[in-house]
Amino acid sequence: MSKGVLVDIPRCIGCRSCVVSCKTWNDLPSQPSTFSNNWDSPGRTNADTWTAVTYHIVEQGDQIKWRFVKRQCMHCNEPACESACFTHSFVKTKEGAVIYKPTEVKQDYCVGCRYCMIACPFGVPSFQWDKAFPFVQKCRFCYDRMKDDLEPACVTSCPTGALKFGDKQELLAEAWSRINKNPGYVKQVYGEKEYGGTSWMYISDVPFNLLGFRTEAFGKPVSQKSIPSYTWDVLKWTPYIFFGWGAILTAMRLYTKRRAEVHDEAEMYAPVEE
Amino acid sequence: MYRERKWKFKITPFRLLLFAFVAIAAAASIYRFVYGLGSVTNLNDDWPWGLWIGFDLLCGIALAGGGFSTALIVHVLHKDKYLPIARAALLTSLIGYIIAMVSLFLDIGRWFNFWRPFFYWGYHSVLFEVFWCISLYTTVQVLEFGEIFFEKVHCPPLKKILHATMPFWLIIGIVLPTLHQSSLGSLFIVAVDRLNPLWWSMLIPFFFVWSAFFLGPAMVTIEGTLAARAYGRSPELPVFESLTKVTLWMMIIYFIVKVGDLAYRGVLSMAFNGSFESNMFLIEMIVFVLLPIIMYAVPSIRTKLWGVVTASVLVVAGVIFNRMNVVFTGYANSVSSSYFPSIWEWLITIGMWSALVLIYCFVVENFPILPKEEHAHGAGASYGSGFHA
Ligand code: SF4
Ligand code: SF4
Ligand code: SF4
Repeated sequence: MSKGVLVDIPRCIGCRSCVVSCKTWNDLPSQPSTFSNNWDSPGRTNADTWTAVTYHIVEQGDQIKWRFVKRQCMHCNEPACESACFTHSFVKTKEGAVIYKPTEVKQDYCVGCRYCMIACPFGVPSFQWDKAFPFVQKCRFCYDRMKDDLEPACVTSCPTGALKFGDKQELLAEAWSRINKNPGYVKQVYGEKEYGGTSWMYISDVPFNLLGFRTEAFGKPVSQKSIPSYTWDVLKWTPYIFFGWGAILTAMRLYTKRRAEVHDEAEMYAPVEE
Repeated sequence: MYRERKWKFKITPFRLLLFAFVAIAAAASIYRFVYGLGSVTNLNDDWPWGLWIGFDLLCGIALAGGGFSTALIVHVLHKDKYLPIARAALLTSLIGYIIAMVSLFLDIGRWFNFWRPFFYWGYHSVLFEVFWCISLYTTVQVLEFGEIFFEKVHCPPLKKILHATMPFWLIIGIVLPTLHQSSLGSLFIVAVDRLNPLWWSMLIPFFFVWSAFFLGPAMVTIEGTLAARAYGRSPELPVFESLTKVTLWMMIIYFIVKVGDLAYRGVLSMAFNGSFESNMFLIEMIVFVLLPIIMYAVPSIRTKLWGVVTASVLVVAGVIFNRMNVVFTGYANSVSSSYFPSIWEWLITIGMWSALVLIYCFVVENFPILPKEEHAHGAGASYGSGFHA
């Protein structure tokens, strides 16, 4: 039931058709391109650009490989953005898309606190910084198309088959069979385990860390536990602390009160004199 | 009798300057509401939280920790010798929370939705806990303050109800801040793999609440000294001095747990690898934790006014430094761009803290907050010359 996309990095030719069709389908404003040393334009997603392609030159022995990576929201199995949001503005649908309700289903509860942006391990959600009443923006997995049994716009327009849409479990099996058939591939599906797994998954013939994927953080491999599981470990103590601490305080107060002297507080204090 | 007196507020050049800051901040805020956050701040997708959240909210709430730690010491443990500072601590805490709420309101993009979390329960979010606790606790503080308010403004039935229910509010008024001081720390638990492990820890809620608590006595010392200077009174040195015992032991425990936690997670060596983060961390621990511990421990320093005050300033600065490290230093490595607050962000922050000073002055001059002085102006003479707030 749950859908996913498999991105086969060596098949991508960096044409940015997906970027264009994403903008077209979702009615996103265009932005002037700028040239940069590494061909990335735009270098990362933002409020008006929900998917972007980054360009990487990788030297492997005497081989030089030019690789392109399409980036967008990973649609985590247990999304950090959903657990962080205190107005329930993000939700993981049963189809697999993680959608932002204020724009998707017109449930406008978001207060614009941007905690979702702090939480997302992939740095995905973007904010409309220039709007008086801004929304958070990110790839929505073309949820409207998905409900009509259509592929996401970006997948449809990919000319090389680098993107494949389908049932998530089947795609994962296919990813491993492609890896096992071709010795050139790295033995890892990025998105299978990272942060509890994601609906978008990548396979590559170049180590993922050379393509700007987070494979390690501060010298350790990135977490395979989902982010909500960390916060829940702490939050679940809240009621116990509330009542336990309250009871301790009340007990202490009653115990010490007997020994305390009585004060007339009204007589103790006065406004200061200038 | 003060009850007969009218409202008064003396205007001095210093206060006029503060009023000017408030006016500039108000104008900048209006601009921000019309043209969006991007028009006045340097925030961006990499740095969604900046000065207002990092300083005004996180530090403001921590600095207001004086309220709940003195409430605990005075009203629960009934250590009566601290009564002289209790009301001042409550007042600064209340104003601190109001400032934090105002800055939060400025910072949220869709501010007209601010009340939504009361009705749409995202209880799996730490922010939900922070939001509820802060709003409830501010209400509780207003009620606690109500008792003082009605000493000046007469309304016997209301005062009676308040007085009768006060024990309940006092307990709630300690439980709530305990919870949300720690949940301000828990906010950063989501930053798994993003916040530098020198600061990211499953124990971060403990570090936040513990430091907010031991900061309380230090904050009371500073406020008390400032108020004494401004109003030509004598500082409550014996109270400050005996408060150092609370701070001293809590800081020692803080230090031990901090080091133990780093060692347990196997990242202790990161503190010495010479990176920018490690240096900031060492400064935080040595200058702002170890140094005040030593100063509080040595009797010839802690029994002198300059000694307690200097050590207390270090403690307070240290907690600010820690919060800034969590929000900025610890994050810098995980994102590609950098952030420095814009001039407008600074001006709005300065304006809010100026407002805090003005409100404080107004309230202590009109309400019974500070203890009555036995021999009013004589004792404070040695400190009270010159500077008038
Ligand atoms: S990648 Fe980020 S924004 Fe997308 S679902 Fe995961 S946590 Fe949410
Ligand atoms: S900015 Fe909106 S969507 Fe993001 S956490 Fe805050 S309320 Fe939720
Ligand atoms: S799934 Fe849809 S919204 Fe997401 S990147 Fe592709 S086209 Fe854009």
